[in-house]
Amino acid sequence: MTIFRRVGAECVADFREDEVRVLRKVAEEVVGLLTDGFDREDPVVERLFPDVYPEDVKNSAEFRRFTEGDLKTAKIDQAGAVLAGLPEAGKGEVRLDAESAEAWLRAINDARLALGIRLELTDDTVVEYELEEALEQDAGSARVFQLSVYSYLGYLQESLLEAVIGADFRR
Amino acid sequence: MTAAPQTVPVDKPDIDEASEFARPWVTIVHNDPVNLMSYVTWVFQELFGYSRDKAELLMLDVHQKGRAVVSAGARERMEHDASRLHTYGLWATVDRQ
Repeated sequence: MTIFRRVGAECVADFREDEVRVLRKVAEEVVGLLTDGFDREDPVVERLFPDVYPEDVKNSAEFRRFTEGDLKTAKIDQAGAVLAGLPEAGKGEVRLDAESAEAWLRAINDARLALGIRLELTDDTVVEYELEEALEQDAGSARVFQLSVYSYLGYLQESLLEAVIGADFRR
Repeated sequence: MTAAPQTVPVDKPDIDEASEFARPWVTIVHNDPVNLMSYVTWVFQELFGYSRDKAELLMLDVHQKGRAVVSAGARERMEHDASRLHTYGLWATVDRQ
């Protein structure tokens, strides 16, 4: 699996073709959820745009009215940074400056949150066990695919975060 | 020292306004099953300029107690903090202290 490394001010990784394909698909799906497919009733949207006053419907709605547009734009932009940073086709090198690397971290996190909701993960979920169980039931199922993408994204996020923290790790 | 002049009509005190000063607002981050511990720590450092130690303690509070107050102050400021945390995918709400 791909590991990000720090090269000067940049985070660099060599992506395999299947990784590029999965990341592009995931980023496009997040953009889809935030644009044409935007649905306030969707639990994924509820998680990405949490009510800021959980017990106060009126003030939450008011807050949302002023902030939702900007938050949506920020999330579309960070998913866009992933799409822009990927090789055009096939495998290839990804080089991220500090700003793009941070956008990638946020975008990967959004994708993991979305998958976490779809997979109905809880605090007690151990993803490895879930994956084993899903594999036993049906190795070709959508759940197996989603769980493995979820694991992969967690691994990728951790690796990118380590590369980002890199030199100023001791602060 | 002297008492401030009474400007609010006595028969109709503005309760909200009074408690606004008495109890500051806070931004709360809630635990969720997805966010990586290392990522949450990093976000606290990034957004609030907290030291690694302080950020890590806050992250552990969120993880173990289910929630932690990550900033306190004026309401608008807390709403701004919650918004920024939402950009990073953390589950943040605003409340009175």
